[in-house]
Amino acid sequence: MSTTYLIKNASVLGGEAADLLLRDGVIAEVGSVGSVRAEGAVEIDAAGLIALPGLVDLHTHLREPGREDAETVDTGTRAAALGGFTAVHAMANTDPVADTAGVVEQVWRLGREAGHCDVFPVGAVTVGLRGERLAELGAMADSAARVRVFSDDGKCVSDAALMRRALEYVKAFDGVVAQHAQEPRLTEGAQMNEGELSGVLGLAGWPAVAEEAIIARDILLAAHTESRLHICHVSTAGSVDLVRWAKSKGYPVTAEVTPHHLILTEDLVKNYDPIYKVNPPLRSAADVEALRAGLADGTIDAVATDHAPHPQEDKDCEWAAAAMGMLGLETALSVVQHTMVDSGLMDWAEVADRMSVRPALIGQVDDRHGRPLAAGEPANLVLVDPEAKRTVDRTALASLSQNTPYQGMELPGAVVATFLRGTATVLDGKLA
Amino acid sequence: MKRHLLSTADLSRDDAVLILDTAEEIARLSARPIKKLPTLRGRTVVNLFFEDSTRTRTSFEVAAKRLSADVINFSAKGSSVSKGESLKDTALTLEAMGADAVVVRHSASGAAYRLANAGWTTSHVVNAGDGTHEHPTQALLDAFTMRRHLGGLEGRRVTIVGDVLHSRVARSNVRLLATLGAQVTLVAPPTLLPVGIGGWPCEVSYDLDSVVPASDAIMMLRVQRERMSGGFFPTEREYSRRYGLDAQRMAKLPEKAIVMHPGPMVRGMEISADVADSVRSVIVEQVANGVSVRMAVLYLLLSGNQSAIGPDIAENDNTEKKGAGA
Ligand SMILES: [Zn+2]
Repeated sequence: MSTTYLIKNASVLGGEAADLLLRDGVIAEVGSVGSVRAEGAVEIDAAGLIALPGLVDLHTHLREPGREDAETVDTGTRAAALGGFTAVHAMANTDPVADTAGVVEQVWRLGREAGHCDVFPVGAVTVGLRGERLAELGAMADSAARVRVFSDDGKCVSDAALMRRALEYVKAFDGVVAQHAQEPRLTEGAQMNEGELSGVLGLAGWPAVAEEAIIARDILLAAHTESRLHICHVSTAGSVDLVRWAKSKGYPVTAEVTPHHLILTEDLVKNYDPIYKVNPPLRSAADVEALRAGLADGTIDAVATDHAPHPQEDKDCEWAAAAMGMLGLETALSVVQHTMVDSGLMDWAEVADRMSVRPALIGQVDDRHGRPLAAGEPANLVLVDPEAKRTVDRTALASLSQNTPYQGMELPGAVVATFLRGTATVLDGKLA
Repeated sequence: MKRHLLSTADLSRDDAVLILDTAEEIARLSARPIKKLPTLRGRTVVNLFFEDSTRTRTSFEVAAKRLSADVINFSAKGSSVSKGESLKDTALTLEAMGADAVVVRHSASGAAYRLANAGWTTSHVVNAGDGTHEHPTQALLDAFTMRRHLGGLEGRRVTIVGDVLHSRVARSNVRLLATLGAQVTLVAPPTLLPVGIGGWPCEVSYDLDSVVPASDAIMMLRVQRERMSGGFFPTEREYSRRYGLDAQRMAKLPEKAIVMHPGPMVRGMEISADVADSVRSVIVEQVANGVSVRMAVLYLLLSGNQSAIGPDIAENDNTEKKGAGA
């Protein structure tokens, strides 16, 4: 018998306070404050806390197999649970690449064994991420890992014919192709956002057009094939406009934005500290503003972390030699609170929508995640203290790596508890 | 002056003038039979070159030795650097060796900045060229050369021609010359100009012929042949015709105008042989001036002395002469 929890006086989605009873993996009862009673339940005083459905990340790099020096499924999912996530989609750019049923099942099994959150492996679109021929997408879909999201993330499926075939092929099992939109020829050797600053710093530019050209093409391909396209980590104002246009046409296109693109700008590159090196690169303040607006009005469906752990030596070097990517799982919700909620752009119900409901729909795990906080639903939820303040300490993170760009920054909000099918993975802000 | 010389953007007008004046003093003293000054005796200057550049390394080496510093050459070839040792580990090694100044050349933009600011070393760092970012001592020696020939820089018209996009020399020169009051015009095919150049403190032109007659100094940047395969311009011949400096174009320069090149030259590409060797060319002089300017930079950074070098050195100079005579 698992523990029964009675969460008392939690503000559901930031609205009215209620008591929630978690028993046998489901939300057994939701009632007005003081109305729910249960013998032997562990009571949690949730006064002042907000209850949200467990967060779902569409874009996580867990690095296992292959780079266990940077992160493992175990450490990465610990970080996820501490960040309020009950499900993560593990990107395919591992070593070996997750391009066969064998590898995705391995990752899926490691996730089950770790038990901190659900791990849904993402399958590679092409063999070895090489962009030459399709991987066995059907075999991965039919495997125990039940893959629905396919992505060559880190690399763009730049061949238009191959992208078309991938979009067509995944329709057979209602899959989605998640595109890392980066025109390769326009970004050879690219180091940072292309603009006045890249010219001054002498760093090769990564122009917005290299992202937008692929997004525009893929939107048209999605429309033509009537298949689902998801766009990873949109980073420019122009990309937001393109997605807005696609949605206005009713095309089956969704998009995500990372927390770091909602808060950080290219100005940080001035000191050449590779902690700020990421792909797509940090953009301008105008881009950040457009991304926030796009997330607020629903043009951008989801916040996805692109959690990308790297060992110290891959960041403790000159800019050009450094790896691209930053940690995100343990700070995502705080960054979203700071940029979207505390700024008045979104309420907590919208946070639940962008960080749980819609990502679960895109990933086709909406039978288990991103559910309403109602009786009979799976007990996947998170309790957040919006009044808390915390200073990010990279050495205190659960992730095996320390490459957070928020070191020393004070961020609002704290995850107090996370429940996965009624079992606490986090209690009192610590791993349970 | 700041503790490091990483970018010409770090130099105030006073800093820049101090360096140039100090270099003048040094050049005057260097004309004497005994060229060596005891100023940096007991100090260690490390030349840390991750990229081959015999001319720049030699220039710094001569400069440091003339100031009596101990010089350690740490080059990528034949050291652990070529085996993949990181910039950080190399910096820690140099720190342990007690380097007072590190002169660094690296293929990565920002490497010098990183070396100076990442907490790996307490040495003074002099940027001897980082990727496509900056090469501040080159700009200082160019300014020094121009000042000598043009009698000052305020209001002088300087034209810089060529691969601005990939040129650290151009970046350092534009900032320094603007600080010193010169009017800079960059000339290049649009493919070889960085995005956002509108924000730089200079004019931009695609048409060399319209700019040449209004130039007091014209600096030709090296254009690497491999840029052609990158599609930056169609052929060497077309590049030379539109953006090269040959005798015919040189004839359109004002009477006292000078021709410069940071080297190494690609003769026949950006500059014709007869122009490079002409009386207007100050290219050889640039090399000689490089030593004086680098001596001035090392002296000012390491002595921590804000005053011009003159009296101080003159005194030391006497001491050395006495010593030599004894
Ligand atoms: Zn990506």
